[in-house]
Amino acid sequence: MPGTQTAALDFRAVGHTFRTRAGAGVQALSGVDLAIHRHEFVAVVGPSGCGKSTLLRLAAGLILPTDGVVEMFGRAITEPPDGVGIVFQKPTLLPWLNVTDNVLFPLRHKFGRAKSSDVDRARELVEMVGLGGFADRMPEELSGGMQQRAAIARALLLDPDILLMDEPFSALDALTREEMGFELQKIWAQRPKTVLFITHSVSEAVLLSDRVFVMSARPGRIVETLDIDLPRPRDIDTTTHPKMTEMSAHLRGLLLSREEAIA
Amino acid sequence: MTDERPFAARLIDSRLFMPVAAIVLLIAVWEAGCRVFDVPAFLLPAPSRVVDGFGDVTVYRWGEHVWATLRVALLGYFFSIVVSIPVAVTLARSALLSRTLYPLLVVIQSTPVVAVAPIIIVVLGAGDTPRVVITFLITFFPIVVSTTTGMMATPPELVELSRSLRAPAVREITQVRLPFAVPYIFSALKISVTLAVIGAVVAEFVAADKGIGYFIQFSTSFFKVPQAFAGLFVLAALSITLFQAVTLVQRLFFAWSLPKEGA
Repeated sequence: MPGTQTAALDFRAVGHTFRTRAGAGVQALSGVDLAIHRHEFVAVVGPSGCGKSTLLRLAAGLILPTDGVVEMFGRAITEPPDGVGIVFQKPTLLPWLNVTDNVLFPLRHKFGRAKSSDVDRARELVEMVGLGGFADRMPEELSGGMQQRAAIARALLLDPDILLMDEPFSALDALTREEMGFELQKIWAQRPKTVLFITHSVSEAVLLSDRVFVMSARPGRIVETLDIDLPRPRDIDTTTHPKMTEMSAHLRGLLLSREEAIA
Repeated sequence: MTDERPFAARLIDSRLFMPVAAIVLLIAVWEAGCRVFDVPAFLLPAPSRVVDGFGDVTVYRWGEHVWATLRVALLGYFFSIVVSIPVAVTLARSALLSRTLYPLLVVIQSTPVVAVAPIIIVVLGAGDTPRVVITFLITFFPIVVSTTTGMMATPPELVELSRSLRAPAVREITQVRLPFAVPYIFSALKISVTLAVIGAVVAEFVAADKGIGYFIQFSTSFFKVPQAFAGLFVLAALSITLFQAVTLVQRLFFAWSLPKEGA
């Protein structure tokens, strides 16, 4: 199938060099080739500071590549495109808005208004991410995991084709993190999206993805692609699946040997 | 759940009791000291003499003085808010303007208003105008600095979210940055409202025929020290009332921006 249809996201020979204030260049990414198919769930793992977040910001059109091109459904990204939802590491909800209004924020912010049908849709999303009884609560009244659920609902409001997630569960405790993984899988099954999921957790990447890309330390480049052919839906039993353990161990080994090579 | 502890323990824990007790004790010591050492009233009047000082002036005259000071303080404060917030938005938006204007603001702030006041009075003549200008000069700087700081402290993810939506810049300010600055703005508004009273009094010291500042100066020049003390207390009460009024506005309309209980 790859190659026969236009990729949802296509990085071609992408490099990115930041200018520091002193004027020196820091190369964050170099020669990244990466194609994500429609409705594919892809994770990118790599050591911290390898440019994973840069990759995500390029896909969001928040920054532009200094080399190569990033295409979304065959069109080069030159500004933040429509049809992209972003979930950040921190929930970053607006503390003065309740959950529903936070979910509605992208609409009000982009167009300046929201119809009553939009409010209904926001409430549906709130329900779907498991915050049914909390639609009118303020963010400060919610736990970190619940806030991140609201942030996911916010990212889904404009019904994006592509969902970009930047280490979305890394600020949560281990239990909540696992639970959120399964929850995300459920949401993804209900509303298929192309997902680019940045993480530094190997097991999380394997558990959630169709494919895992491994990045090297700065300047970041893709050093390995791994197809995860575990059956779906994946649940708590998958975590102990021999194949899962094997693939996680393989990826972990890959990341460790790379870090040792640098040290 | 009723508190089973002895009455004294509950009293000490109550929010009001200890500060009130401290003030009552201070007044008692002051009164006793004045009587025991027979301190002349024109040096340090006993609290009972200060109470008499209130009675030396009619309620109507008090009202006139209070109104004169309050009017100048509030007008200066009002103009200060109206000017400072747009200036802060401009400074936060444009690095160039910030570089250009900031040193100028620092120069204005660093020049003692007390020293400038006589010049302003000479230039602007009689009436409220010079006094309002002096009040404005003393109050605007904290508001500008805090508002700018608050706007710059907006989480970068939210700015990215705004950019990714290609929302109009105006809405980035009104829906994200300014609301985020609200806690900062209110801490400046609380400082500035007490500074406004100081500004009004300084102006009255230089040239006025009404107002509490004028009244205190006038009273001391005739050695009516108990009366001057009475004026001082009125001034303190005025400041505290204004401060509490600003706090109340924040609590009523921006409850989310208050520090969390127990935090």
